[in-house]
Amino acid sequence: MSRKQVPASPSLQRRRIVQSMAALSLASLPMLGKAQSFPTAKVNTTKLAVTDTEVTVGQLHSATGTMAISETGSIQAEQLAIDQINAMGGVLGRKIKVIKEDGASDWPTFAEKSKKLLINDRVAAVFGCWTSASRKAVLPIFEKENGMLYCPTFYEGLEQSKNVIYTGQEATQQIIWGLDWGAKEKKAKSFFLVGSDYIWPRTSMKIARKHIEAFQKGKVVGEEYYPLGNTNFNSLINKIKVAKPDCIFAAVVGGSNVAFYKQLKAAGISGDKQFLLTLSVTEDEMTGVGGENFDGFYSSMKYFQSLDNENNKKFVAAFKAKYGKDAVIGDVTQAAYLGPWLWKAAVEKAGSFDVDKIGTASPGIEFKAAPEGYVKIDTNNHLWSKARIGKGQKDGSFKLVAESTDLIKPDPFPKGYQ
Amino acid sequence: MGLSEMFNIGMMQGFAGLSLFSVLLLMGLGLAIIFGQMGVINMAHGEFMTIGAYTVFLGSTMTERLAPGFMPFYFPVAIIVAFVFAFAAGWLVEWSLIRHLYKRPLDTLLATWGLSLGMQQLFRTGIGPKEVSPTLPDWLLGSWAPAAGLDIPINGLFVLGLTALVTGLVMLALYKSRWGLRVRATVSNRPMANAVGINTSKTDRLTFAIGCGIAGVAGAAFTTIGSTGPTSGSLYIVDAFLVVTFGGAASLLGTVASAFGIAQTQSISEFFLSGSMAKVLTLSLIVLILMARPQGLFASKVRR
Repeated sequence: MSRKQVPASPSLQRRRIVQSMAALSLASLPMLGKAQSFPTAKVNTTKLAVTDTEVTVGQLHSATGTMAISETGSIQAEQLAIDQINAMGGVLGRKIKVIKEDGASDWPTFAEKSKKLLINDRVAAVFGCWTSASRKAVLPIFEKENGMLYCPTFYEGLEQSKNVIYTGQEATQQIIWGLDWGAKEKKAKSFFLVGSDYIWPRTSMKIARKHIEAFQKGKVVGEEYYPLGNTNFNSLINKIKVAKPDCIFAAVVGGSNVAFYKQLKAAGISGDKQFLLTLSVTEDEMTGVGGENFDGFYSSMKYFQSLDNENNKKFVAAFKAKYGKDAVIGDVTQAAYLGPWLWKAAVEKAGSFDVDKIGTASPGIEFKAAPEGYVKIDTNNHLWSKARIGKGQKDGSFKLVAESTDLIKPDPFPKGYQ
Repeated sequence: MGLSEMFNIGMMQGFAGLSLFSVLLLMGLGLAIIFGQMGVINMAHGEFMTIGAYTVFLGSTMTERLAPGFMPFYFPVAIIVAFVFAFAAGWLVEWSLIRHLYKRPLDTLLATWGLSLGMQQLFRTGIGPKEVSPTLPDWLLGSWAPAAGLDIPINGLFVLGLTALVTGLVMLALYKSRWGLRVRATVSNRPMANAVGINTSKTDRLTFAIGCGIAGVAGAAFTTIGSTGPTSGSLYIVDAFLVVTFGGAASLLGTVASAFGIAQTQSISEFFLSGSMAKVLTLSLIVLILMARPQGLFASKVRR
């Protein structure tokens, strides 16, 4: 895979920054003025779908099928970000046009659709994917056709590509800080690990076990995986009762998730008696689990809808104005919202829509208006972000109880955890 | 671990098996009627359960909005409404789809599978892709603790009671009512039943609709233990077929026995092995037994 990397000379870069700053201050001028200062021939040397007035991007999520439950929020958040960017005048004076494709919760379909977006439509960037399986299915295509993917989901790590910006947390950002918090604040020494049986929970639990045993000198008193779609957890709950862990550490997903918390509650395990920390319950899952079943349990995420800062208040208000007052925003939905903004920043920094130049420009990009606070792209294409712990409330919201003081550096290939 | 604690865990584990038994039986009952008695492979069985589940959600939302004081009592009413809705849907499906396919049993498999996909998408577009959770009355939440350290889930007790009730009613209807007589006559010899003046096509429609209605009740009951989303039905469909096939199609007693056997094997092995391994063990056992006894545990003598 040979790729031409044409780094802009420092003086040229400086000129671009000056140019874009000038353009910013002249935002009141007609759009065309800004587009003219970035002629299409110059900002698009790789035959992308960029015209004098428009730039086309793709959106590739599951609008149908099993994963629609989770991916709908991401589709909405990305659309909101794109609308807002367009209202501000677009990117380099060009309005963003979106081609929406449906991956239909089927991984080969994701691959097909990504080929269509990159080869036929020549989109400048794609916002999409949710499950690791769908991302792995499209990755070779993005690398071969040299496309740019912004993927929002927190995931198991062990991946890095110049063609993907990961706006969700990789495993260590979500797990290690959460476990340390549990050990310090809740004096947890023994842990019972529970997950659905596929790659993300298994990799996450592997990291968790390593951290508990090698670094915290704690004890793992049980580790259990249940098939996706399992709805009967009574035997597991009895095992937990026998093991009496200080902490139940859970990564159960999908329909199983709902069954798990309903049955915990029914078996008399509730937040006031048992410390439970999970990696897989956000506001999105709460609508299914039900606040009364998760009351008092803890979730380790980087974002909660209830975060109290100006960026987030604006974001939540805009989201509800567009999608109804009952709409909820989970961790991944917020991460999806970052995608279009980070792409815009990269395009403006590079002064070009070309994927290679965006790739080079991306590391170091900061986004200060992020609802989760401030984020920054690392050289490994993952985000620096804070880790947070939220406590489930009866009404289905989360109360922020702890947050890391500093941004945590993303580390998709953690040493000592393999 | 003390003796009393071991006793408590043993009790709770015993109840876990019983509770899984009632879940399996309830989801298998409707199918036992449709698949067992009529020979229709209804792949949309899970979606009829979902109709029931959404009915409870609808009931809880409406009660909360219109008559909050009625909250503690809405649940039983919602279950009856769930039966009615699923019954009506089943009636419609039989009339429009199934009755044209009785002579082509394998085509019903495809047709009902398509129906199941269609219904899932209908739920997704109509109600929304996110999972929803009906607000359950307080008396259904939490556990009943007869002794310290012994927690019996109330929702499990509820499902157990409901299953006993529904099974009793189905048995009664099938063996003591005119409808049951007609169903059994149609199953054992259709042309003969026709000849003695039984309207078999009407019997078929009623039977299919009742099977779907029971699926609706099952779905409604499962809102207490599981999730409600457009694809929730697909979580149950495999187990439902497993129970009915293993028990021996056409035998209601077989369905009860097979639900009990599967539930106990599953629940006991889950306690000693990991979750996924327990499933492997249970399924391998079923395959082995079915290899030796292809007709299932209890095969009733049926002239086909």
